[in-house]
Amino acid sequence: MTAGPAIVVRDLRKSYGKVEAVKGVGFEVAPGEVFGFLGPNGAGKTTTISMLCTLVNPTGGTAEVAGHDVVRERDEVRRNIGLVFQDPTLDGYLSAEQNLRFHAELYGVPKSVMGDRIRQVMEMVALWDRKDAKVMTFSGGMKRRLEIARGLLHSPRVLFLDEPTVGLDPQTRAAIWGYINELRRLEDITIFMTTHYMDEAEYCDRIAIIDHGEIVVVDSPEALKAGVGEDRVQIHTADDARAIAALRDRFGLEAAVRDGAVTFSVASGEEFVPRLFAELGMPIRAVSVARPSLDDVFMSYTGSTIRDAEAGGAGNAWMRAMARR
Amino acid sequence: MATTEAIRIAVPARGAGHDLRAVKIVLHREMLRFVNDRTRMLSMLVQPVLWLFVMGTGLGSLVRGAIPGIDYRTFMYPGMISMTVIMTGMFSAGSIVWDREFGFLREMLVAPVSRGAIVVGKCLGGAVVATGQGVVILAMAGLVGVPYSPGLMLSLLAEMFLAAFTVTAFGVMLAARMKNMQTFFGLMQMAIMPMMFLSGAMFPLANLPSWLHVLTVVNPMTYAVDPMRQAVFSHIDVPAQVNAVLNPGVRWGGFQVPVALELGVVAALGLALLAVGVAEFKRAE
Repeated sequence: MTAGPAIVVRDLRKSYGKVEAVKGVGFEVAPGEVFGFLGPNGAGKTTTISMLCTLVNPTGGTAEVAGHDVVRERDEVRRNIGLVFQDPTLDGYLSAEQNLRFHAELYGVPKSVMGDRIRQVMEMVALWDRKDAKVMTFSGGMKRRLEIARGLLHSPRVLFLDEPTVGLDPQTRAAIWGYINELRRLEDITIFMTTHYMDEAEYCDRIAIIDHGEIVVVDSPEALKAGVGEDRVQIHTADDARAIAALRDRFGLEAAVRDGAVTFSVASGEEFVPRLFAELGMPIRAVSVARPSLDDVFMSYTGSTIRDAEAGGAGNAWMRAMARR
Repeated sequence: MATTEAIRIAVPARGAGHDLRAVKIVLHREMLRFVNDRTRMLSMLVQPVLWLFVMGTGLGSLVRGAIPGIDYRTFMYPGMISMTVIMTGMFSAGSIVWDREFGFLREMLVAPVSRGAIVVGKCLGGAVVATGQGVVILAMAGLVGVPYSPGLMLSLLAEMFLAAFTVTAFGVMLAARMKNMQTFFGLMQMAIMPMMFLSGAMFPLANLPSWLHVLTVVNPMTYAVDPMRQAVFSHIDVPAQVNAVLNPGVRWGGFQVPVALELGVVAALGLALLAVGVAEFKRAE
């Protein structure tokens, strides 16, 4: 196994006719990393992932996955990746196990370990007891879990998840994330995923924010949030007026009462809290520190919230349709 | 789950063995799907049985005087075998369109196997399933005066398989570009009906007007039906003049085309269609 980056992308481009879906993106993903592509629908996420998975040929630039060029060494790339698509790609008329067996045969998984490996990945997503049920009887969440198991079956070095939790209810989404985290512990794997859920991007080691086919910024969620601005601190005291005065006198902070608590902003809230207790000179009954959310991050880099970005632009609908081809 | 070591799989480099496994599993899936779908099995049988026993009986009473010594249904029998096999094969090929609509095709196309393996698997799958369906019609031989001779049954089976393979390859070639089932089945109807009518499956091809004769000679299905008919007629006693009317064989000008050549035409066509299908899937990437 090579020690190089799991994914290297340089100036990758894709145009559909005159429409530039991806306008020259570049990034690297380290082995073992969970890398997220965050952006509204139609931003070019699916097109990028399709190029990395060898499903769509780029119109410019290069990309290497697991050390192999996605255009020239397509088979090599395919042997080293697992895919979970946005739309289900299971055969509903076959049982869950038959679907996995089909995949195992297609990927040439050695017969000697095939049965054990199928059982292992199905247990990982808690579907082993449903192995003989036809997939068409499965719920959306079960199908997605089965697809994740299938994507892992051949021990890929990079697992691509295109919107792995889209259209699922919050509990199921949480469960899927549970499996993905478990998977990181068990398997030696790099995960590349796209999402337009802000809260899911938090699970990534690093995220790239993509908008209108371009990467706006790449960094860890923490760093991105720190870059946006200050944390919001709220304290509960017996005498709010005195607390506001003390904050101004001792720390030079402007505070105000919001939602029934003394509220102010400070650069790194968690580090500030011990000083606050030591130097405020009055008892504090409760304190809370709120980090800026990724919504704030997205807003600060793209100038709109992700929901507004999705609502805007009639072109999005057909860009999406093109991207899904 | 207990924290056991994850089993690490090393996906083998592409090779003949790997492609063979891919062919086998695509074929296997085709059979599983067919066995699981009883409705389809039944519906594929209804049409030929209707033709054979309703249409055949009706027409038979009309032409009884003209063809002494033979049941008209005996004449139609090889045609109905081909019809069953061709419809089943086409349906199998159509499942590619279905797979595309439901996403499963993508699962196959991103696998590290050759497109050829997938297309060959699909065509063999269609051929096996169609032959299986044909066996049901084969079992009815006794009802229309065709003897259950092992030699006849075996040659009919082999000819069925060949016809089924070719028609599935034809269907796969059509399906490679199709985006939805309606279009495919529309096109399939449009292609199959004239091919059926002009193949000698329903009426004898002797003494046709020359424009119609030309069409029957260029119709590939003619070469699938005729060997089966010759096989059936060689196992029954028919007066010579009736045989000349019902089983004239195929002529290219003055040349009586031998059965082996007819089968060769079907096989060559099948391979050519298969190659086109593979090329289409390669280009579609």
